[in-house]
Amino acid sequence: MSKDIAINGDAAVALAWKQVDPDVCAAYPITPQTIIVEKFAEYVSNGEVSTEFVCVESEHSALTLCVTSASAGARTFTATASQGLAYMWEMMPIAASMRVPMIMAVANRAVSGPININNDHGDVMSARDCGWVTLFAENVQEAYDISVIAPRICEHHDVQLPGLVNLDGFILTHAIERMTPLDEKTVKDYVGEYKPLYPLLDVKKPVSHNLMDGPLFYFPHKYQTVLAMENALEVTREAFRDFEKVSGRKYNVVEEYKCDDADCIAIVLGSSFGTMKEAVDQLRSEGKKVGVAMPRLFRPWPVADLAKLMKGKKTVIVMDRHLSIGSYGPMFPEVVAAALENDDMPKMYNFIYGLGGVDTMVSDFVSVFNDAESGNAKRVNYVGVKE
Amino acid sequence: MAKMANYKDLVMGDRVIEPGNSEKFHTGDWRSLVPVIDMEKCINCLTCWIYCPDGSILVENEKLKGIKLSHCKGCGICAKACPKKAIEMKEE
Repeated sequence: MSKDIAINGDAAVALAWKQVDPDVCAAYPITPQTIIVEKFAEYVSNGEVSTEFVCVESEHSALTLCVTSASAGARTFTATASQGLAYMWEMMPIAASMRVPMIMAVANRAVSGPININNDHGDVMSARDCGWVTLFAENVQEAYDISVIAPRICEHHDVQLPGLVNLDGFILTHAIERMTPLDEKTVKDYVGEYKPLYPLLDVKKPVSHNLMDGPLFYFPHKYQTVLAMENALEVTREAFRDFEKVSGRKYNVVEEYKCDDADCIAIVLGSSFGTMKEAVDQLRSEGKKVGVAMPRLFRPWPVADLAKLMKGKKTVIVMDRHLSIGSYGPMFPEVVAAALENDDMPKMYNFIYGLGGVDTMVSDFVSVFNDAESGNAKRVNYVGVKE
Repeated sequence: MAKMANYKDLVMGDRVIEPGNSEKFHTGDWRSLVPVIDMEKCINCLTCWIYCPDGSILVENEKLKGIKLSHCKGCGICAKACPKKAIEMKEE
């Protein structure tokens, strides 16, 4: 086991990439992701990795290059954020439909407009229907760990889907935290060799990728990706189990904090999970039975785990750091749908918070719990917005 | 309900791993106009054979023999390219 280091989230992702040593990396810089590819470019320049690093003229080109590189048979990584992801969007469903297990780190940042460079989940939520396995990190350690774990999930032959590794912009990307990295050999052994299926560059077995589908083929092909995504749930559990063996760090598809005996629980994504744990501790010291959970795995959506978590709860709060204008927050209907698996529905409230990086403090989350329990909450609430 | 392909019969990721199997896909079904050759006007220059995007012009001993309709989409390029106007597009 290596010694602990002080490192920011972006550099931690770059370190994981260095230890994996992918075949190809194509990226275009965008705040707050820039440090990932800058740091990784340094590793390439210093000869510390064997990766072919391609500087491209845009994010659209970056993702197009990555998709084709991965379908040629190369382990391929990239990173982006916000407008970069928006610009990539056209290629997002294509990557999934082409079943290329490439990995993309997303330094979550608000989408313009108004122009804003700070953290929310607007970028990744616009990609949620595209067919990418989607993982969230709470802190720098987790950003590093899931960067190591993601290729194991996505490259599995029962999955073969692209993957998103989400870390909150600035809160994790630029904040220096203490972290325990793995040694390089452990990472390489854990991730293993990339074994592509029917790659384009296998000249002895010529193949065609990404052909046109008429109506009788398009839907069945889409259904294949549905099944692959379903497989990803069990493959993720297995990848987490194996990761615990080599790192001692245990991960779950849904992370829980003091939920067992709680009457009221909140469900949240990303770094706010940590802030909410502190809010839970404060409320627990006042004798309130509250808890908080985070779906580490957002796609595939872990329905059974969430249903089990919500069983018997009186109140469930869904925290959305994104807005689906004209409807609820994007995660709220999905949590409600998961609760339908149980016989009894809890009271459910949606809180939209932290858009454009507005700080949401422990005290704000304490108020969220109090409002939900006292009946002051509306169905959809906009935390801190003055009416 | 339309008879969709069975997903189990399809290779992952819309990949075709059997080279040249587009021959099995009969694009002739798309045709609304069919090329008809006037053999009296034809000088066997084979311009139509060069231009046909689907390899539908049948040639034997360097002479035009006819049209293979299984893959002819009726695009009319052959008729347009023919220097002797020996090919006419007609409704089927």
